Amino acid sequence: MKMKLLNDTKLMFIRNMQHTLRSPVFVFASMFQPLMYLLLFMPLLKGLGAVPGFSQGITVDIFIPGLLVLQALFGTAFVGFSLIDDIRSGVIERFLVSPVKRPAILLGRVLRDAVVLLLQCILITLVAIPFGLNVNIYGFLLSLLLYALIGITMASVSYGFALIFKIEDPLAPTLNTITLPLSLLSGIILPLALAPIWLQDLAKINPFSYAVNATRALFTGNFQNIGIVEGFVVISALAIVVFLWGLRSLKKMAS
Amino acid sequence: MIGKLVIETKGLRKTFISKEKGGKKEVQAVKGIDLTVNKGEIFGFLGPNGAGKSTTQKMLSTLLHPTSGVAKVLGYDLATQQEQIRQNIGCVSQAGGADLYSTGVQNLVLQAQLYGIDAVAAKKYAAEFVERFQMTSFIDRPAISYSGGQKRRLDITLGMIHHPQLLLLDEPTSGLDPQSRAYLWGEIKKLQAEGVTIFLTTQYMDEADKLCDTIAIIDNGKIIVTGTPEELKSSVGGDTIVFSFQSEETARDAEALLTGKVGTERVQTVNSSVHLTIKDGEKKMPDLLRSLDAKNLEAQGVTLSRPSLDGVFLKYTGRSLREDGAK
Repeated sequence: MKMKLLNDTKLMFIRNMQHTLRSPVFVFASMFQPLMYLLLFMPLLKGLGAVPGFSQGITVDIFIPGLLVLQALFGTAFVGFSLIDDIRSGVIERFLVSPVKRPAILLGRVLRDAVVLLLQCILITLVAIPFGLNVNIYGFLLSLLLYALIGITMASVSYGFALIFKIEDPLAPTLNTITLPLSLLSGIILPLALAPIWLQDLAKINPFSYAVNATRALFTGNFQNIGIVEGFVVISALAIVVFLWGLRSLKKMAS
Repeated sequence: MIGKLVIETKGLRKTFISKEKGGKKEVQAVKGIDLTVNKGEIFGFLGPNGAGKSTTQKMLSTLLHPTSGVAKVLGYDLATQQEQIRQNIGCVSQAGGADLYSTGVQNLVLQAQLYGIDAVAAKKYAAEFVERFQMTSFIDRPAISYSGGQKRRLDITLGMIHHPQLLLLDEPTSGLDPQSRAYLWGEIKKLQAEGVTIFLTTQYMDEADKLCDTIAIIDNGKIIVTGTPEELKSSVGGDTIVFSFQSEETARDAEALLTGKVGTERVQTVNSSVHLTIKDGEKKMPDLLRSLDAKNLEAQGVTLSRPSLDGVFLKYTGRSLREDGAK
């Protein structure tokens, strides 16, 4: 039984990857936003000087890990649109009447999304090196795992809502409503040390704040930082819960 | 293992809950269906849009859970043996289900693999079907570029690629040009000749008539009548003759005269025409015309129509399927 799930997931992953490779320009197009932040926003931060909590100001080493979390959030948040295409053309229904394992239908998609995201994260990091980024290689590799988990979480959210709505119109506003506060409350664009207490408290219930803290520690090679473990625990748990919710939406389509 | 019955349902029912202003509303899409499909036959499920055809098919293909009722498909219980049913049936939905951005071959090979066929055999099966359905000229292009008939051929092949014993087709020819329809009918007949049992839904009477061994007419979630096309047509009671006259007055006089002639049933004036149902209409028409002439009731035009499934639908529902189908 486990073999079948593995095999079906592989088939679905390849099928979805073929779709992505057919129009590779989109892989690069969704990197436009983080690159703009890197080129047009980061220089602005340097000028802010010493900010509480960041004695050296906001350096590129602090900014890039957060920027990649942002990419993980927004880069995968809108993958649900491709699923609506497949629902409308009857492809999902065809998969559902076949003996394919139901989790494989979603796993094949979120894993593809995670791979695309990792490619983007690596490219953005490479671009950031000339800007003075110093990154611990082991920390970076561990960070990639965390970004993949964030990507799987957001992709599952996106697919879950796509399966509920089955049409495009309500999907974009719903996903924006979720991603915008999550990104603002994770201290990516500006550090939360600047925020009033109530905003800092609010940020503590944002799971992605933990991811930002964890990857910042990882990038600098500060492996003793407890935030790393916290980040992995919180995001892994979230990824599992949200994936299962998405799977429930898929199974509900056939009820 | 399977025996003679490929599908057997008892009291199959599906109620959807729809949310509307002022609370939830129950919509009874299928209101208790009993049907049996024999091995090797083409079973037609005929009815207008919204009659419950697709809902029934989706229940039989494990895509929808019945609200109540029991069913066996290929001898497997619908409630507890869904995996076995999925593995052994083929199913083509109304939307088709081809992945438009992949090529036909990619679609077919993946579909076979989803049924547990290894990559080598999957490619072999795909090549065989491509040859057989004459798809060689277009099958390596993305499916989005196909014509309606080509896309439909791919859709049906997707349902067939794993050689199922039962094929469920939801309105296989809807929206196709006459040539493509005729071609598909031929292919469906060939599949039957190879021993595949076919369950198809349709809203076209000619399709049900030409293709099916057994027809169940469904309207408003219920099966109204089941039988072979011949049985159903002869149950209407004969041919229909329509005489048209200059005025309604003349038509009324003609109605009075024609009522009670040997073999006539149901004589009815509609505007300035008289409709009557009669056995062996062709043979009796000259005699009827002579009697009308004798009373100086000159018919402006006469049409004779053979019993049709439309007549059957009209008889059992009081409505014409054509009017409904056009909506």
